[in-house]
Amino acid sequence: MNQRPLSPHLQVWRWGPHMLVSILHRATGDGMALIGLGVLVWWLGASASGPEAYASFQAVMGSVPGMIVLVGLSWAFFTHMMSGMRHFVLDIGAGYELETNRLWSMLAPIFAIVLTAAFWAAILLV
Amino acid sequence: MGNGTSIGRVRGLGAAHHGPHHWLVQRFTAIGNVVLMSWLLVSLITLGDYGYANVVKWLSQPLSATAMILLVVSLFWHARLGLQVLIEDYIHDAGSKFAAISALNLATIGGGAFGIFSVASLAFGGQA
Repeated sequence: MNQRPLSPHLQVWRWGPHMLVSILHRATGDGMALIGLGVLVWWLGASASGPEAYASFQAVMGSVPGMIVLVGLSWAFFTHMMSGMRHFVLDIGAGYELETNRLWSMLAPIFAIVLTAAFWAAILLV
Repeated sequence: MGNGTSIGRVRGLGAAHHGPHHWLVQRFTAIGNVVLMSWLLVSLITLGDYGYANVVKWLSQPLSATAMILLVVSLFWHARLGLQVLIEDYIHDAGSKFAAISALNLATIGGGAFGIFSVASLAFGGQA
């Protein structure tokens, strides 16, 4: 790599909600790609492989660490979905005003937590 | 438009309109993910019993099998595009980047094929 000077990077900016929602989008998306798809494919493969394989899948995912992973994945999904919706709005050229941008950067992850709670409430109650 | 240098041959032709392809497909698959994940989450809520027999019965139905196969395609495609950006942003060595993207293609196409095959084998009633 050459040693030319770099432009100012992450450390020189004051943190704001738009930075949080941006890195959350990447972290939740790549986290789901690496962990969530593994769980999904394991679930499908175990279903196709028979009752014993399915039982070992259920034993792992139904355990406390397994449930933490599932709740984490659902939170990652809703967080990524909400910041993804924000991206769709930004894509049409709207929502760049400083106050609007700041508001939705804070609301997106909050809505995601509400949706996660609502989803697990529905799972437990229905 | 000349016919000499490569830049001379393309100068004045405008954009090829291939540049936004990755960006657009990321959006198209995102829409697919929203639709199909909504189906999966509602199905999970209404399923109630997550035991082997009930899940297999549900997943073997034509509608569920089709939706699940489409979900696997949409999710793996979207994930492949997202992880590609992650690799391109953080791996700057050309050789390592090539290796990482090759591995990414193998993993996502392999994982997607396995998921599709699993659902299909259930739907076609065979014990894989």
